[in-house]
Amino acid sequence: MSVAEMEGVLETPWSGGKSPFAVNSKKLGMWLFIMSDSLTFSALLISYAYVRLFTPDWPRPFEIWPAIAKSSFMTLVLLSSSLTMVLAVAAAYRGQVKRAVWLLIATIACGLAFVVIHATEWVTLIHEGITPWSNPINPAVPLFGGAFFGLTGLHMLHVTLGVVYLGVICWGFNKGKWTAEHVEVSGLYWHFVDLVWMFIFPMLYLLSVNPK
Amino acid sequence: MHVSTELEPHHPVGSTKLFSIVWMWLLLLTGFEIFLAYERVEVHIMITILVGLSLIKSALIMAYFMHLRFEKLGLFLIVVPAMVFCICMMMIMFFPDSLRLTHLPRL
Repeated sequence: MSVAEMEGVLETPWSGGKSPFAVNSKKLGMWLFIMSDSLTFSALLISYAYVRLFTPDWPRPFEIWPAIAKSSFMTLVLLSSSLTMVLAVAAAYRGQVKRAVWLLIATIACGLAFVVIHATEWVTLIHEGITPWSNPINPAVPLFGGAFFGLTGLHMLHVTLGVVYLGVICWGFNKGKWTAEHVEVSGLYWHFVDLVWMFIFPMLYLLSVNPK
Repeated sequence: MHVSTELEPHHPVGSTKLFSIVWMWLLLLTGFEIFLAYERVEVHIMITILVGLSLIKSALIMAYFMHLRFEKLGLFLIVVPAMVFCICMMMIMFFPDSLRLTHLPRL
């Protein structure tokens, strides 16, 4: 095979000469992380759905006001943070550093608001006696607390880590240390956190609305 | 022999208007979910609708906010089908057993 022929082979999409996915390694790595993390959340959500559907006396402690109203507001905050994040990525690629930094700050602020509101809700539930291993509403179903705190706790951990991650990226991008690609990859993580909440909110909150 | 190691710069596409429309759709679908909870729809019907709406919402987020719609088909093919397959396998493992449990006599 001549050199020209070998070059031709190596430059076809699936032969290693060119990236078959046309993305950089950071972005591909983040997508692979998202795949694995989504399976963790899927396993938790499916196991939650399993016990939720087939336990007839599953506790339904959430009133429309204030629990559902509060969690709906948290959803609005998280969805809005995704909008600011995607706009920050677009601004970063257009070279509008100042705009991108401000949009990243807005995203971080929304993330922090989400964590604070969520923490106040946890405190309210704990004061009502609901813990990861017990609940006074129906002591026969202690799994309610375990499922609720397990799922929302893992999600809140992701949001908190995301806020730190975005803070670091925001600082580095403002200093010129990192590029728009770094902003985009951090955005993928942030949108994933938002995506997971799109399942946790209806499954955990809306399915546990007080029927009265 | 020249082997290309540098990627062609790939800039995500999409306008502020497009992202705002997607955001409004996400809010609208969430509003509908809250309405169903307010109406206290029966739990088996509710879970079906809620999972369906959540899948639509996650597809919108992946397609537009995560730019998957604008990426090469190859990336979509390594990310989505494998994930869906694994999730389906998990459901197949869990749910037949849970249905069996509901038919057991209560102690």
